[in-house]
Amino acid sequence: MPFDFSVFRVLVFFFIMCILSTSAGDTLPELSPQKYFSTLQPGKASLAYFCHADFPSTSVVLEQLNEAVRPLQDYGISVAKVNCAKEEEASKYCGKEKDLIKAYLFRGNILLREFPSDTLFDVNAIVAHVLFSENIEHAHLYFFHCKLVSDLTQQCRRTLMGQPLTTLNIHVFVKTMKAPLLTEVAEDPQQVSTVHLQLGLPLVFIVSQKATYEADRRTAEWVAWHLLGKAGVLLLLRDSLEVNIPQHTNVVFKRAEKDMPVEFLVLPDVDSIISHVENNMHMEEIPDDEDSDMEDPDMDIQDDEVAETVYRDRKRQLPLELTMELTEETFNPTVMASDSVVLFYAGWQAVSLAFLQSYIDVADKLKGTSAALFTRINCADWSDVCTKQNVTEFPAVKMYKKGENPVSYTGMLGTEGLLRFIQLNRISCPVIITSIQEAEEYLNGELYEGLMTYSTLSVLGLFSPTMTTAKEDFTEAGNYLKGGVLTGIYSEEDVWILANKYAVTLPALLLARHKDDKIESIPLAGTHTQDIVQIITDASREAFPEITVENLPNYFRLQKPLLILFSDGSINPQYRKAMLTLVEQKRLDSFTPCWLNLKNTPVGRGILQAYFGLLPPLPLLALVNLHSSGQVFAFPSDRSITEQNLALWLKKLEAGLENPITILSAQEWKPPLPAYDFLSMMDAATAQHSTGKAPGCMKETDTQESDKEQHEDKLAVRKEPVETLRIKHWNRNNWFKETEKSLRPHKEL
Amino acid sequence: MGLPAALWGPLGLLSSLALHAALGAHPHRDYCVLGAGPAGLQMAAFLHRAGRDYEVFERAPAPGSFFTRYPRHRKLISINKRYTGKTNAEFNLRHDWNSLLSPDPRLLFRHYSRAYFPDAGDMVRYLRDFADRLGLHVQYNTNIVHVTLEKDRQAWNGHYFILTNQKGQLYRCSVLLVASGLSVPNQVDFPGSEYAEGYETVSVDPEDFVGQNVLILGRGNSAFETAENILGVTNFIHMLSRSRVRLSWATHYVGDLRAINNGLLDTYQLKSLDGLLESDLRDLAIVKDAKGKFHITLKFFLEETNASQSADSIPLPQDNSDNFAMRVAYDRVIRCLGWNFDFSIFNQSLRLSSGGEFSKKYPLIRASYESKGSRGLFILGTASHSLDYRKSAGGFIHGFRYTVRAVHRLLEHRHHGLAWPHTAHPVSQLTDSIIRRVNEASGLYQMFGVLADVVLLKENATVFEYLEEFPMQMLAQLETLTGRTAKHGLFVINMEYGRNFSGPDKDVFFHDRSVGHTEDAWQSNFLHPVIYYYRHLPTEQEVRFRPAHWPLPRPTAIHHIVEDFLTDWTAPVGHILPLRRFLENCLDTDLRSFYAESCFLFALTRQKLPPFCQQGYLQMQGLASTESLRKHGVESGLLPDYATTGQVLEDGSQQPGDREPGGHLPATGHLIQSLDSSKQEL
Repeated sequence: MPFDFSVFRVLVFFFIMCILSTSAGDTLPELSPQKYFSTLQPGKASLAYFCHADFPSTSVVLEQLNEAVRPLQDYGISVAKVNCAKEEEASKYCGKEKDLIKAYLFRGNILLREFPSDTLFDVNAIVAHVLFSENIEHAHLYFFHCKLVSDLTQQCRRTLMGQPLTTLNIHVFVKTMKAPLLTEVAEDPQQVSTVHLQLGLPLVFIVSQKATYEADRRTAEWVAWHLLGKAGVLLLLRDSLEVNIPQHTNVVFKRAEKDMPVEFLVLPDVDSIISHVENNMHMEEIPDDEDSDMEDPDMDIQDDEVAETVYRDRKRQLPLELTMELTEETFNPTVMASDSVVLFYAGWQAVSLAFLQSYIDVADKLKGTSAALFTRINCADWSDVCTKQNVTEFPAVKMYKKGENPVSYTGMLGTEGLLRFIQLNRISCPVIITSIQEAEEYLNGELYEGLMTYSTLSVLGLFSPTMTTAKEDFTEAGNYLKGGVLTGIYSEEDVWILANKYAVTLPALLLARHKDDKIESIPLAGTHTQDIVQIITDASREAFPEITVENLPNYFRLQKPLLILFSDGSINPQYRKAMLTLVEQKRLDSFTPCWLNLKNTPVGRGILQAYFGLLPPLPLLALVNLHSSGQVFAFPSDRSITEQNLALWLKKLEAGLENPITILSAQEWKPPLPAYDFLSMMDAATAQHSTGKAPGCMKETDTQESDKEQHEDKLAVRKEPVETLRIKHWNRNNWFKETEKSLRPHKEL
Repeated sequence: MGLPAALWGPLGLLSSLALHAALGAHPHRDYCVLGAGPAGLQMAAFLHRAGRDYEVFERAPAPGSFFTRYPRHRKLISINKRYTGKTNAEFNLRHDWNSLLSPDPRLLFRHYSRAYFPDAGDMVRYLRDFADRLGLHVQYNTNIVHVTLEKDRQAWNGHYFILTNQKGQLYRCSVLLVASGLSVPNQVDFPGSEYAEGYETVSVDPEDFVGQNVLILGRGNSAFETAENILGVTNFIHMLSRSRVRLSWATHYVGDLRAINNGLLDTYQLKSLDGLLESDLRDLAIVKDAKGKFHITLKFFLEETNASQSADSIPLPQDNSDNFAMRVAYDRVIRCLGWNFDFSIFNQSLRLSSGGEFSKKYPLIRASYESKGSRGLFILGTASHSLDYRKSAGGFIHGFRYTVRAVHRLLEHRHHGLAWPHTAHPVSQLTDSIIRRVNEASGLYQMFGVLADVVLLKENATVFEYLEEFPMQMLAQLETLTGRTAKHGLFVINMEYGRNFSGPDKDVFFHDRSVGHTEDAWQSNFLHPVIYYYRHLPTEQEVRFRPAHWPLPRPTAIHHIVEDFLTDWTAPVGHILPLRRFLENCLDTDLRSFYAESCFLFALTRQKLPPFCQQGYLQMQGLASTESLRKHGVESGLLPDYATTGQVLEDGSQQPGDREPGGHLPATGHLIQSLDSSKQEL
């Protein structure tokens, strides 16, 4: 048989994360810092303790560490002693105080964790600490099927073990790997037994007929490969079969549990075979007895963070009086009489109510300062008004100004963005500048000093008075960017003075970055509205921004890997300089360099935790390839963040010489919990109804009786465990129920 | 000009050619509407607003002529609820059964009557205003006496409808919209039926009935209305009809006997001489004796005897069975048997026939309200009630104002290329879009089981289109009728009563009738939203051969939003959460909403984002949390407290999260943890 697994040329257990380090013996190697770092292998964990040469080697700590070598090796973690004094230049891991011993855990050359000596009081503590840090769940078990490969340069097919690594699971896994991939049978599926059933795995019979044998066999092999380790696959030869199986059946499913009847299925494609098996495996995990009710996730518990927090906050009194509530009658008179900001919301919608809080915050902040009136309208009450204003999704904010079309707010639903929008909307965009002096004041930020906190960029369009089309395009772009960026336009006769000063030919854009006191110029000839918007949007991005919750989407759009420097507090100016230099040298063009301040963006901790499993020491530089591979690389923590080191590291990255510290999950967002399967409940009720009654006597049934019965049905259904199934099961299961039903003789039509 | 209608049938080829030439001069309209009653005016309002070429033909000199005479006792039984405690105009239409649809808030019926059950005269006034205010094109005093077809390839439907009025004037119409109501009193033929006075002419003055024995034939609202009026002055009233009385509050059907008319039920059940009897009228006979009193006997008694015998010698049932219920003589017999559609004006070429045995009074139409016999001929209003007779409100103003709108939308697409109106939204808005509609939509609420909202999923289910109030029995033809595509699955949102709840024999006040648990939602008895999910548009076959008592074919999955005493389906956990879980499982995605901070975390730690983050946060429209909300989030365990993230790990007391292999986030695991913790709190 071509798929005989009884003999293997190669059989490998391959622990991706925790492979044994060959360099580590039973005793503790003593190395210099330099030597130590050069032996570190990507992806492999290593515990090192740094101590000074004159440290007494007979100390209790060292003894205990020595004892930890072997157990840690079992988990693939090497242990080394690093002697600090052997080198002139002490490593930064070497403590200043001579009697101090500190241990560090690395993965590759990335520092994972630091252990003060008092945590390493005995061998158990050491092993426990290290193992907790180096999460053992990262281990993967693969089975390589190299027998099938004739040419050794070809890759062996491999199967990943999906279950947790327990002795029992490994046993089952290996056993099934050795079992034949596909067996042909011609007997009653109910009677068939293979090693799979003994191991608690189900059997899948692919029903084959002579005429289609070849194709069936190919299908069966394909299925077998995909179900390896999950189920046994057999080819059931229908023509030589003595027992009868339902006519259209193409798959027979036999559960491992004894006394379970085999299922005769009609499945549309091979994928559904796989998913049938996988779904049924899941179902086995859900215990049937009712005692385990507590284990089941309760579908009635809110798992939407917005809905839940808004609900919990429902009794807090908001200072709603800061905003005026509008009605159908007051809406038009109000927005026509004064400049107004209107929040359209739905009183029942959680997102609306969450944003209402920010909205009121803004109203509070601008209390007494803003000329605009803060209003809100509950679209659950005044549906027609909202529809007339073209609002079909909530929440929405619009700004109404006399004689102008209302402007929709398209920014983040939060205080900061909304505040900026309202403030920047106080002046028209683009604002018309009337003199050279005013233009200069505009560019250096004096003209709208109060707005400088809201717009880091002031854009000035320079046009000679005759450039009508160009002016129109720019005005349109300014309108579009309204509430986001400050734009101005200057097109007096003496515009050439500015053109000369900034050495541009008209039409042109001047971009003043107030943060760096820089003014850039961009020629605008023949540029249309969309492109102008693009230019200004691009220009509003910084070269090395502090990334925040609010601005990430703006940088995320560039679709480049993010080079993030995580920092606990402000960034070291030297690092900034190093980065900016590289930016200027155009060496970071394929990345989005940025930094993250954990003080401002505490969620950064969650990110680091996701990358490293725990919080590594900061600062830390990581490259996150969000858009293609999901790989995350960390800049070696033993190297300082300098221009040269960075450039070198990036080069190695490019050459594929670095290993990722983690790969971001590419998992889709699935339903967090199942839904009530009302269809099945209804089916169950109908089935009960029709079996509990002799067919044909429906019409004669006394009214009262049928009513009573109806109630009994209801009670009976209540008692059953609530049916909760994922949609994937719905269709099929019900379909079979239906076909089953239609096969029954006493069908009620 | 002015060919008499009777000549039309047998005309030969030659004369029809000659006629054709003559027709060129006849006025042409794209749309002709027969009847300026509520349905005709409603259609006219839509056509007018869309700027279409249309004309309404009305026999009377003013709109709503039916209401100038009927109901005879002038009290409408359609409710005029002026206060609901709500301001939502759409919602309030759920409890306004008289207004037609128009953008003008002055044209709401509550401005015309303060009565909960208004006077019919107010309806006449309302309809007149409706036609005037909107400037509808109505030709009054124009009685269409004949309608026929004229084949023409150029015509929209392959033929024109030729209308002839009482003066012989002809009109040529591309589309004919018949809103003439049910205008012919229903008469049952039996010996002595001529002795019965009709509801349409019987006196409404109680004085005329003093001390009389009265027999009323019929069991509908007009019969009871008549009885109610004379209850206090008669000796007794007996009511006779084939079927048992059906009470509206038991059947949820507004056409059945309404509580406002059912005073006689009281006096019957309290043995105050009045009574109800069941018998098929066609088996009976009425004989008049010498004193002019009426006796009830059986038809076959008459057949056995000689027709020339005098009334006094005709055998009566009481001769054999001396306790026969109707053994007393009656002073009057009143017929209140309802109305039928007037088929007489339609030429056979239109193939406009009546429905089956049970809906003889109505013309046969498709679920799109188009006649089965001729394309382009639509039946609107009361006459279209065959589709939902005894089920929904299609025979009444508060129902057919929506079905007329549906017909108008179909026409706009068919003849003017305007697709069925819809709004497109990102899938993150799906739950909210449905919640909004089931809470305010009036068309769904009134026309439950007939009109349904449809959500069409676009590719990858990231975007959907929302179509309102589509005739659900036409689901299979949705693409051709609306001009939208339904290639990627769809939801249908319907309102339903519990399947076993309503019915003439049911006790609708039984103990435990209301359902409160979300997991029992499918057993809800009162009107509640039901959402059907289909992976593919059902075929015509599937719709036609759907399971019994199902309004639609068997779906892939179904969801019931549990009934609500206040019909307010906005409870976060009771209504919205189960709906979201249903939608999530149908679409195999996560439809939760997230704060920007959570999206930020996902964006940097996962390759995929949930739709809410994808369609909100990444479009720079993330939802910021506030301090107070954050605090609740941390308390509930749904939001991690990042300020303490580091410390927690540092002390080593907690294992570093539930990370899945390959760098998964703590997000999912974390949620489950938090679920457990909130459970403990409870």
